[in-house]
Amino acid sequence: MADLTTEFLGIKSPNPFWLASAPPTDKEYNVRRAFEAGWGGVVWKTLGSEGPPVVNVNGPRYGAIFGADRRLLGLNNIELITDRSLEINLEEITRVKKDYPDRAVIVSIMVPCEEEAWKAILPKVEATGADGIELNFGCPHGMAERGMGAAVGQVPEYIQMVTEWCKKYYSKPVIVKLTPNITDVRFPARAAKAGGGDAVSLINTINSIVSVDLDQMAPEPTVGGKGTHGGYCGPAVKPIAMNMVAEIARCPETHDLPISAIGGVTTWKDAAEFMALGAGNVQVCTAAMTYGFNVVKEMISGLSNWMDEKGYTSTQDFIGMAVPNVTDWQYLDLNYIAKAKINQDDCISCGRCFAACEDTSHQAIEMSADRVFTVKDDECVACNLCVNVCPIEGCITMEQVPAGQIDERTGKVVSDEYANWTTHPNNPSATAAE
Amino acid sequence: MASSHQASGIQAGRLAAADIADNFGDLHPAYDAHEAAVAADRCYFCYDAPCMTACPTSIDIPQFIREIQAGHPSSAAKTILDQNILGGMCARVCPTETLCEEACVREAAEGKPVEIGRLQRFATDTLMEKDVHPYSRAASTGKKVAVVGAGPAGLSAAHRLAMLGHDVVVYDAKSKAGGLNEFGIAAYKSTENFAAREVDWLLKIGGITMDYGKKLGADLSLDGLKADYDAVFLSIGLAGVNALRAAGEDMDGVRDAVDFIEELRQAEDLSALPVGRNVVVIGGGMTAVDAAVQSKLLGAENVTIAYRRDREAMGASRFEQDLAASKGVTLMFNVMPKAIHGDGAAAEIELEYTQVEDGRVRGTGETVRLAAEQVYKAIGQSLQGQPEAVELEGGKIMVDATGRTSVANVWAGGDCASGGEDLTVTAVAEGRDAAMDIHASLMG
Repeated sequence: MADLTTEFLGIKSPNPFWLASAPPTDKEYNVRRAFEAGWGGVVWKTLGSEGPPVVNVNGPRYGAIFGADRRLLGLNNIELITDRSLEINLEEITRVKKDYPDRAVIVSIMVPCEEEAWKAILPKVEATGADGIELNFGCPHGMAERGMGAAVGQVPEYIQMVTEWCKKYYSKPVIVKLTPNITDVRFPARAAKAGGGDAVSLINTINSIVSVDLDQMAPEPTVGGKGTHGGYCGPAVKPIAMNMVAEIARCPETHDLPISAIGGVTTWKDAAEFMALGAGNVQVCTAAMTYGFNVVKEMISGLSNWMDEKGYTSTQDFIGMAVPNVTDWQYLDLNYIAKAKINQDDCISCGRCFAACEDTSHQAIEMSADRVFTVKDDECVACNLCVNVCPIEGCITMEQVPAGQIDERTGKVVSDEYANWTTHPNNPSATAAE
Repeated sequence: MASSHQASGIQAGRLAAADIADNFGDLHPAYDAHEAAVAADRCYFCYDAPCMTACPTSIDIPQFIREIQAGHPSSAAKTILDQNILGGMCARVCPTETLCEEACVREAAEGKPVEIGRLQRFATDTLMEKDVHPYSRAASTGKKVAVVGAGPAGLSAAHRLAMLGHDVVVYDAKSKAGGLNEFGIAAYKSTENFAAREVDWLLKIGGITMDYGKKLGADLSLDGLKADYDAVFLSIGLAGVNALRAAGEDMDGVRDAVDFIEELRQAEDLSALPVGRNVVVIGGGMTAVDAAVQSKLLGAENVTIAYRRDREAMGASRFEQDLAASKGVTLMFNVMPKAIHGDGAAAEIELEYTQVEDGRVRGTGETVRLAAEQVYKAIGQSLQGQPEAVELEGGKIMVDATGRTSVANVWAGGDCASGGEDLTVTAVAEGRDAAMDIHASLMG
């Protein structure tokens, strides 16, 4: 069995699966249960300044969207940072870290954007023995209205400034958590690096309204007849998170900045994908909130099994391996030709590929009177929609047309030369191939 | 106190009333909302869906399941009823395992189809529980149509005609509407008086007058109807029952299965209904299964279905065969009745083993005797009491694709008419299609 031990910023954990700063890590009780279930680390739910803690709403905090069989795909929340006192949290963190020295314990912090506030809290956090801190520059609701969370994360200068304060008053690793509610995630990432941040973690939740109560005519979750935008997370946000992780990982200025990836990790495969895109580890919240802490067991066995199959002995072996293959559209090989192929043995004749292709794509699937579906190679542009709508995994595949053969759609011989848009004759700004 | 399975002869009350009530409960209990949501989620919304093609009434099944998925089962019901006004009953009695569910692509994929029948019931029940009739009549056309027979075909035709603005009179020889829905199918498929409730609901369209106790050939004549109405629709079913042609057929205890089922369906108290200790049903169709299973559910000790061909040739679906077996009915294949023995009343049946040569059933000479105080004949029904003027085809009233008979202004549909299987759903389709053709003809 592969060794999943992961070192992130010098912090060792038995596996790369950390619980993200969120309700599952709000209390000693939860965190102990998480560690007993096997989680490699936790980012403790965000602490605020000393004094009366924030308050939460007393109505619903979560909303959701669902897939088939009510499988939860996306969750949104309007919960704030911890509503328990700083002292209690610090005591609990100290106890937990002492009892679980092999697990990573990171403390998430969000205090006002003033140096004094950070100067005051950081020594107290340091005294807990926790392994590092994560700066919550991400929460899009509630706290942002008070000049914290995403309000900081959306201004690169503030990110840099606060990160600098943290490096000044705290000796251990500083992870800067980024909000996705921006236009280009590379700017806040660069600011985190410029401020001396040791790593970034992303994404925090996305501004969202998940549903509208059509009787009350108000967004959900509805509190007293009103709703507000909340932070969206869960499987539905994974594609957005992966793109942002990849953008930072392949940016020349930030490619060496360690990344802790967050966003919809539900199974081992999600984690492996994020890590292939450059993440040193992953943080999980919605999967745990949906299924309980035991979901980590599948993540552990699945990642380990896959690593064994691939011959990877350490997570370092594959972290970032997909980054060189993330490119801009203009560099994609326009001479790569494929055609859809329907495996008739697997086909159950539902006809969804036909409906999709005929109604919304290229009219490249033939339907016989007895419901046999075949691809018309002279029409197929290999868009992949049929593969995506087919309910049977692996029934429809994209087969490369080898060089030297004729592409029946264009009538041209498939070339084995790489050719992209930058040199394409239709591109007005094409650079002629030398 | 129940008289037990073992009490000899033909006895009522072999089981306690509570056990009988339990036995005759819903064969497929209704889905609750959660079950319906889970079942509906399995539908793939196929293109030109095979289930829809397999449905004799061509219900847009992917559409109605999507409406259930999206949380408006009342629209789902409307989608169903647009095609099949008896969608509630068909959801209960259709042999879905040989129709829509057999065609479901998830049957091909996983051997487990989307449970279309139960979803259909969920949708139609939801609407009917609201006591809503979602159709209204078009402006009166001033045309009058007579429908003879208030079974599924007749009711379907009557509703469609009334909706289109015609005035309809439905005649039936019995004192109640519903035809086989009311009198002829197993009680556990139509619980809580569903057949009658559905008729009441259907008649809310208005414009339909029911006239009971009127029999064609006795109280009505085709010529009279033709004179009084602009069009006539015949849906008289199959009133005749085929004979066994076995010695002793006239003994007490030997009965038509359809009569037994009718008596059972109309019984106020099933525990008062007598049943033999040993019951043998002759036949291989749904009626045979309905009679055998219900005998068992009433408390008969030994119930046997004796069929003259093999399992594959049996008219009852595999699901129905398995249902019978699960209730403790013995299925005997390749046997035919040779004689019924007894002293005025049946005591034993003598069956002869058969083999099929060139498609014909022949006795082998070897016989077996089973105890049988009751013998039910379920070897098919035949047309009876049809007007002489109409031409027949294969023993049924000859009709074209839209139900026109050989006589002008006379249409026919349901079991009495040629073409299609003898199923409720087929009868509904034929009634509907004939109504559309009558309408076109009257308004043309």
